[in-house]
Amino acid sequence: MFFVLFSISVLVFLIFFATPGVDPAARIAGRNADQLTLQQVRASFELDKPIPMRYLSMMNHLFVSQDLTSYVNRGAKVLPQLTQAIPATLSLVFGAAIIWLLVGIFMGIAAASSKRKWMDPTISFLGIVGISLPVYWLGEVVNLITQSKLHNSVFRWVPPLGYVPLTQNPWQWFLHLIFPWLTLALLYAGIYIRVLRSEILTVMREDYIKTERAKGAGEKRILYKHATRMSLITIVSLFGLDFGALVGGSALLTEVVFGIQGVGKLTFSALQNFDLPLIMATVMYASFFVVLANAVVDILYAVLDPRVRRV
Amino acid sequence: MSINEPASVTLSESPGKIALRTLARDRRSWISLSILGVILLLALIAPFYASSIAHTDPFKSTLNATISVGGVTRQVLEPSTEGLGLGITPIGPTGRPGAYLLGADNQGRDVAARLLYGARNTLFIGASAALVTILLSLLIGLIAGYRRGFVDSVLSRLLDVIWAFPVYLLSISLSVVLLTSGLSLGFIHVGPGSIALPIFIIGIVYIPYVARPIRGQVLALREREFVRAAVGSGAKHSTIIFREILPNVLPSVLVFIPIMFALAMLTESALSFLSIGVQPPQASWGTIINDGLGLLYTRPVVALAPGLLIVLTAASLNLFGDAVRDGLDPKTRARGDS
Repeated sequence: MFFVLFSISVLVFLIFFATPGVDPAARIAGRNADQLTLQQVRASFELDKPIPMRYLSMMNHLFVSQDLTSYVNRGAKVLPQLTQAIPATLSLVFGAAIIWLLVGIFMGIAAASSKRKWMDPTISFLGIVGISLPVYWLGEVVNLITQSKLHNSVFRWVPPLGYVPLTQNPWQWFLHLIFPWLTLALLYAGIYIRVLRSEILTVMREDYIKTERAKGAGEKRILYKHATRMSLITIVSLFGLDFGALVGGSALLTEVVFGIQGVGKLTFSALQNFDLPLIMATVMYASFFVVLANAVVDILYAVLDPRVRRV
Repeated sequence: MSINEPASVTLSESPGKIALRTLARDRRSWISLSILGVILLLALIAPFYASSIAHTDPFKSTLNATISVGGVTRQVLEPSTEGLGLGITPIGPTGRPGAYLLGADNQGRDVAARLLYGARNTLFIGASAALVTILLSLLIGLIAGYRRGFVDSVLSRLLDVIWAFPVYLLSISLSVVLLTSGLSLGFIHVGPGSIALPIFIIGIVYIPYVARPIRGQVLALREREFVRAAVGSGAKHSTIIFREILPNVLPSVLVFIPIMFALAMLTESALSFLSIGVQPPQASWGTIINDGLGLLYTRPVVALAPGLLIVLTAASLNLFGDAVRDGLDPKTRARGDS
């Protein structure tokens, strides 16, 4: 776990400081800066020191003294910016996750088990559409519908884009987030429907299901007690990874489109400004979540799948 | 796969032929391939459309152009009448073949012609990036799974690191860095605005998703009797890899192609939407959506049309991917599930 985090920090550092042909000083100083300015920038940002020293110094400021400051807004500390952005991202991802899990599990089971002939193709089609939608475009379409002409009639209750903290006004928090939730959830619902459906169909072919049938167990019991339970193990591991990545900043496109000041948007603006300390902080935070999610998934595996526990 | 088949294998068709026949019988493959064919055709006729039907240059801003629509001469960029009356509103869809079939963007450029040109970049980048991902993953997966030991642990660790880096964060980081300076690796030099950059970036970030399963398969195949027999009979490494192992991982590699194509295309469009993918004056569907953002409430078609094309193309690719997967998987065939 530590190894992965360490490697990622080195990787990010190298991407921004050691990519052949990239001169961070020129990025910071702006276009057409003269040699003198460049030298001043190098000295002031410690860019004239060797790369390993700069890496150590940055890690020291980030983790030990926790007073890493931004390159762009000189003196502005990086960590408070990050901690301010986390609640917005968590709100967005939590709400969306509840929706996509409910929709995904319900429709995935329905597609795999329904006796009605039209059900499986219809749900599978919805799943394909879900995974093929560009989330940022869907967000713009939602904005077009809710914020434009219809805003004066049907969607009068939709507040303008942005984010209101839960602690400040729970109702407004909910209203601001309902469409971002639905937008983000649609893509993942598509993935989960497809995965759960094919998992259930695979498990249904296993020998022990045949044994259950031979023992006279009802189809309902087989579906829920055995097939769905086994399939949920895959869903849990998938969910852990997706959730970790989203909290870590992958919700960026949704945040940008809906004007939510979350971690993703913060990372994106940091990237555009080449604000390496901020990038470093957000990326370390993001990969920490991904690695943590991986670990939690491994533990949940043991809870859900008795075979792993026994080993 | 052929290994488990009974001794009468010489009499039956090859697995590849069976898969192709299943695919040809599958309605989904026909629907998706027709849609993809039409889109590909549209992309191919882009220069012809621009020069002979729309009579415009879709890459040149035409701020003072006028066109005649149904006998009435109109400015392509009309002063706004709504709101404060500031700014301009580009001409909307004319609804007749010829110039500005789908209207103009805020630089007076023909949206329909730009969509066709954008299709070229979007499809080309998507397909090339998918190929880069799959070829590199195949290489890594084969080497790691076949050599095992130290080589495997180094490569697997490397994949773990990229895996823990959210795809969008990594691709955006690389794009931001490489866009300003281009990439120079030894004798290879790629300019900052080149579409080779998004291909390279998107090709790299998805490698763990494909390489990990391939490595797992190769590891398992390495233990199978027929591979051991080949090793025992003193076959060369290259022979074992290309004659024994590669044919057996090929089905899963084939399944990855349409899926990765769709994924790469969606990623490219997202990067271009954030204006760190395809660079102007080049266009892709993502950049056109970005162009259309400022016009979202006045001329929504500029942002809507490329998005619909993305959904249509990606959905067709995913549908085709499903058909290929079912065609190559004997288990689903046996179940009679199409």
